[in-house]
Amino acid sequence: MGQATLPAVAAPRAAARGFALLPALVILVAAAALTFVCSNYWLFQLTLVVAFAIAVLGLNIVTGYSGQISLGHGAFYAIGAYVTAILMSNPLTLPWLDPIEVPYWATLPVSAVVCGCLGFLLGFPALRLGGLYLALTTFALAVATPQLLKSDLLGDWTGGVQGLTILKPDPPGGLPLSADQWLYLFTLAVAAVLFVAARNLLRGRIGRALVAVRDHPLAAEAMGVDIALMKTGAFAVSAIYTGVAGSLGAIAIQFVAPDSFPVLLSIELFVGLVVGGVATVEGAIFGGVFVVLIPQIAEKISKAAPGAIYGGILIAVMYLMPFGIAGALRRLRRRA
Amino acid sequence: MDALLHQLLSGIASGGIYAAVALALVMIYQATHHVNFAQGEMATLSTYLALTLIQVGAPYWVAFVVTVVLSFGIGVVIERVLLRPMHGAPVLASVGIFIGLLLIFNALTGAIWGYLTQQFPSPFGDAHILGGYVSPHELGATAITLVVLLLVWAFFRFTKLGLAMRAAAYNPVSSRLVGIDVGWMLALGWGLAAAIGAIAGMMIAPVVFLDPNMMGGILLYAFAGALLGGITSPLGAVIGGFLVGIIENIGGAYIVGTELKLTLALIIIVAILIIRPSGLLGRTIVSRV
Repeated sequence: MGQATLPAVAAPRAAARGFALLPALVILVAAAALTFVCSNYWLFQLTLVVAFAIAVLGLNIVTGYSGQISLGHGAFYAIGAYVTAILMSNPLTLPWLDPIEVPYWATLPVSAVVCGCLGFLLGFPALRLGGLYLALTTFALAVATPQLLKSDLLGDWTGGVQGLTILKPDPPGGLPLSADQWLYLFTLAVAAVLFVAARNLLRGRIGRALVAVRDHPLAAEAMGVDIALMKTGAFAVSAIYTGVAGSLGAIAIQFVAPDSFPVLLSIELFVGLVVGGVATVEGAIFGGVFVVLIPQIAEKISKAAPGAIYGGILIAVMYLMPFGIAGALRRLRRRA
Repeated sequence: MDALLHQLLSGIASGGIYAAVALALVMIYQATHHVNFAQGEMATLSTYLALTLIQVGAPYWVAFVVTVVLSFGIGVVIERVLLRPMHGAPVLASVGIFIGLLLIFNALTGAIWGYLTQQFPSPFGDAHILGGYVSPHELGATAITLVVLLLVWAFFRFTKLGLAMRAAAYNPVSSRLVGIDVGWMLALGWGLAAAIGAIAGMMIAPVVFLDPNMMGGILLYAFAGALLGGITSPLGAVIGGFLVGIIENIGGAYIVGTELKLTLALIIIVAILIIRPSGLLGRTIVSRV
C-alpha cells in the first residue's frame, strides 16, 4: 500500500504561501490587548487556546504539509508537558554547583530538543509506513502514552498516577501584571515567534519541497529533493512545535498526570487541524480556538450530551467548509 | 500448560470479536477507501438497541435479527445523508465527519442509556464444556463470527449484487458505464458494515459488559487486525483479528501484565507492519508512474 492510498489533502493552491505579516501583526496586538480586558478565567482559557494553536500548527507541518497522517501528536504534547514539569519540580543538581531551580522559560528549549529528537526518530519507521498504516502506528503511540506514563519504570520521574504539580510563574521584576496576565502574554509571545518561523519555513524552499513530496514524491525526488530527509525533518519540527505547546499548556494548568493526555487529546489536535485548515499556517489559530472553546459552548447548550453537540458542530463545519476555516477564508478573499 | 491453553483459547474467542469488527472495517474500506472511526460507537448503539428490545420482552434471536436489520438501515442512512454530500471533499474532511459521528454516537448512547455498566445476555447459556477451557459463549461467538465470514464471502463471491459491489469499489467509472448504481453500492457497503458491527457488538457485550465506551479499545484492536491481515482482504482481516486476540491474551498473561497489553499488542503489530507493510494477505498496490 503506497502513499497514494490516502492523499492527505486535495492541495489548496495557496499551500506554500504564508499569511501576510501586517494583518498578523494587527491580530497579535488585538490578542495582546485582551490581556487587560479578560477575567483571569478567560485568560487561562486563552492561554490554552494559544498553546493548542501551536500544537495544531506542529501537526499541520507533518500532516498538512508533508502528508504524513499522525493521530498521535498528543504523545509529543505529553512529553513536552512532562519535560517542563519534571525540570520545574526537581532542582537541577550539578556536583560543582548549588542546586538550581530551573526557571519555567528555560524548560521550553529543553522540551523542544527532547521532542525534536524523538520526532526525528519516529520519522524513520514513518518513512516505511504510508497512509493508514502510519495513522495506526501514531495512534498506537497515543494509546500507549498514558499507559507508559503510569508505569513504574518511569515512576521516579513522572510521579506515576499522581502526576506532578508545578507553580505558576510570577511576572518578572515588578511588572504590574497578575500571574495569569503574564503567562498569557508570555505564551502569546512564544506563539508569535513560532508562527512567524513556521511561515518563513513553509513558504520558502523547504515548504515547497514538503508539498512536492506530499503531492508527487517521484517528481520531487527527480527534482533533487531528499525525500527521507524532508519527511523525518518534518516530523522533528512538528514534534518540536507540539512539545513546546505541551510545555506551555503544562505551565498554564500547573499540573501534569498520565490521564491529562488521553487518546482524545490526539484526536482533538487532529480535529483542530482539519477544522482550522489543512496546510495553512493561520488555520492553526482557528483550530486552537475550536478545540478549546467549542466543547465549552457545547456544554452550555446541552448538559446531558455535550459530545453530541460538539460532534454536530464539527460535522456542520466540515460540510460548510471542507477545506477548513482558513481554506474558506482564502476562497472568499479570492472571490472578492 | 493448562493456563497457556486457557489463554490461547480465550485469545481465540476475543480474537473472533476483533475479527468481526475488522471485517466491518475492511468492508467499508473496500467500498469507499475510508476508515470509519465511528464503527465501534455504531456497534455500541446497536447493542443498546438489542438490549432495549430484550428488556421489553423480545426473545433473544428476534431481538438479534431486528437489531441487525435496524443497524443495516442506520448504516445506509448515514451514508446517504451524511457522506454523500462529502463526495469529492478532501479525505481529511471525511475523517472529521467520522470523528464527529463518533462523538455524537458516544454521547447519545450515554445520554439515552446512561453510563452505568450493564449486563448483556448471552444466547449460549453458561454450562461447562471442554473441561472448562472455553465458555459456551466464547465458542458460540467464535462460531457466529465464522458463519458471518462465510456468508460475507459467499455474498461477494456468488451473488450478482456482491459482484456489482466489488466492481463499484474496484472501478467506479466502468461500473457506472455497465449500469451499476455505484452510489447505492456504497450505501449498501455501509449498511453491511453496520450490520456486521452490530453482530460483533452483541457477541462481545456479554464478555466485557455493556457501557457507552465498550468498543473503544476493541475498535483499536480490530483496526490493528485489519491492517495486520491486510486492509484489502476480508479473509486477512479475520485472520488478523484472531492473531491480535491471541497476541493480546498471551502477551498480557506472560510478558507484560494486563496493564500494558494494549501497548504490547500494538508494538508487535507495528513491528510486523514494518517488516511487511501490506499486511499478511494484502495486495501491494503498485502505482504506475
